[in-house]
Amino acid sequence: MDGIVVEGLRKRYGAVQALDGVGFRVHAGELFGLLGPNGAGKSTTVKVLATLTTPDAGRAEVAGHDVVAEANAVRRAIGYVPQSSGVDRDATGRENLMLQGRIQDVGGRALEARVGELLDLLGLTDAAERVVRGYSGGMKRRLDVALGLVHRPQVLFLDEPTTGLDPEARASMWEELERLAEGEALTILLTTHYMEEADQLADRLAIVSLGRVVVEGTPEELKRSLRGEAVEVELSDGRAADAEGVVAALEDVLEASSEGRKLRSRVASGARAIPSILSALEARGIGVEAVTSHRPSLDDVYLHYTGREFAAEDEAGAREDDSAAER
Amino acid sequence: MTIAVRHTWFMVGRQLRNLMREPIWIALLLVQPMVWLLLYGQLFKRVTNLPGGGFGTSSYITFLAPAIVIMNSFFGATWSGMAMISDLDRDVLPRFLATPVSRISLVVSQIVRSALIAVVQGVIILVVSLALGVRVHTGLFGWVVILAAAALMNSAFAGLSQGIALLVRKEATMIAIANFIGLPLFFLSSTLISIRQVPHWMQIAAKFNPVNWGVIAARQVVLRGTEWGSVGLHLALLFGLSVATAAFATWTFRAYQRTI
Ligand SMILES: Nc1ncnc2c1ncn2[C@@H]1O[C@H](COP(=O)(O)OP(=O)(O)OP(=O)(O)O)[C@@H](O)[C@H]1O
Ligand SMILES: [Mg+2]
Repeated sequence: MDGIVVEGLRKRYGAVQALDGVGFRVHAGELFGLLGPNGAGKSTTVKVLATLTTPDAGRAEVAGHDVVAEANAVRRAIGYVPQSSGVDRDATGRENLMLQGRIQDVGGRALEARVGELLDLLGLTDAAERVVRGYSGGMKRRLDVALGLVHRPQVLFLDEPTTGLDPEARASMWEELERLAEGEALTILLTTHYMEEADQLADRLAIVSLGRVVVEGTPEELKRSLRGEAVEVELSDGRAADAEGVVAALEDVLEASSEGRKLRSRVASGARAIPSILSALEARGIGVEAVTSHRPSLDDVYLHYTGREFAAEDEAGAREDDSAAER
Repeated sequence: MTIAVRHTWFMVGRQLRNLMREPIWIALLLVQPMVWLLLYGQLFKRVTNLPGGGFGTSSYITFLAPAIVIMNSFFGATWSGMAMISDLDRDVLPRFLATPVSRISLVVSQIVRSALIAVVQGVIILVVSLALGVRVHTGLFGWVVILAAAALMNSAFAGLSQGIALLVRKEATMIAIANFIGLPLFFLSSTLISIRQVPHWMQIAAKFNPVNWGVIAARQVVLRGTEWGSVGLHLALLFGLSVATAAFATWTFRAYQRTI
């Protein structure tokens, strides 16, 4: 059975085409990751699935219910953890949870027990009677997750649950999410900017760019889909753009990109390409600090699928500015 | 319907619980109405002696007290949208909107909360004025009418305030609009002075001023010679206005939802 079905979703905000035909499927019980650059349409997709907004075109089902025609059935079946926390900061953690349970039609003893259980599960028991205003970022985020779970939903949406958390808080959030994914028969849709997060947690994932899914699969499949090896060159000065041009032109190099003093390239064979990269750079007088090579990681997959799109997006942005200026 | 009522109750509970945690807010809630009563009571003490009269009593405080209940309720209502803006700013509403919560309860609970506070303050004002020697001519039923007028006055303008909050979604703009609407309506009413003492054009304008409808209804039951027809008419007008502004607020809520 499918936990989430998304087909050809389109949504426009003024001049911005936020969703341009997004489509993917998430099997019941799966943890599915949604990756993509800022503005790619991840949150908008989640907002459509959580019934906050309606699409201009396309169709989506969550837990077997259509998000537009059966919005209330969807709302009962889902938990939603928005990108920016929606907790009531003037209320205590427990009050927040109790209210959330009541409007989800859980009540009485069952609710009290469930709230106690969630506070325990997410390590908030000691802070339960404190006003949320005084919580740390990590505590607030864990409360957000607890709010999404009060009514034992079938599907949980997590929009960047670990953004802004310190490494320790992030690791503990991952543990909790792993536990959740294993335990109850819960389908989870998670958006993130952290590749390791997607790699470690997601059963499958989709990379979104410009409102469309550019690739979908298990982390392993995606990594394998990139042939060859990833070679990273650390330059001793900042001529990365120069270096990128030089290296991209080499025969052994499949693609190259640069960021700061780092030059990333994907090559068919490291043994053959590394010497030619180094000699080409030397010929141009570009100094090299270090060279490493490894199997393509999810980072490389991400860059491969969004890199070109990034540039295209910038151009589109520039065109929009121009036309705005004309007006 | 019963779900809407239940959810409204939950949401009112949330707001009141949060407010009850603010000691300064509670202190002002209790003290402010008394300040109005004592301040204006002293300031205009002698106006009942003005030629032309029209006060219906020689005790200015008796004339003033019911109108202060209304005025206090009115000002509270004009500011009630601030709580909605704070919920919008903190993304509390989107979280609720992803649940089956009754949409209307999110708006109506703000109005009910505001009206409840106005009624509590109304009781305080009436108790203090009782101590100052004000006697409500129609007795306990008169108190009920005054508080009902205060609640209706509050709902009418709280609905408007919520609607404006949902349209502008910005505190600074909300404050400017509340001042722009609030002060003129207050001064164009007979809150502080008999309507017979003001220029003719103001007397006409006051007829269309909802604040004055509330003042008329509340004051009639305090003074002798209560005209029940007029009391009922003005309460009915306030009720009609409350329904209209609540509908306006619900409509603006839908408009807000379309921007998410
Ligand atoms: N409520 C809205 N009103 C107007 N424009 C919006 C709204 N929500 C999103 N957008 C626009 O739609 C596009 C997609 O936004 P979205 O929030 O879905 O991106 P995202 O992938 O979640 O990005 P991020 O990683 O930064 O969270 C952006 O250009 C954004 O400015
Ligand atoms: Mg987002």
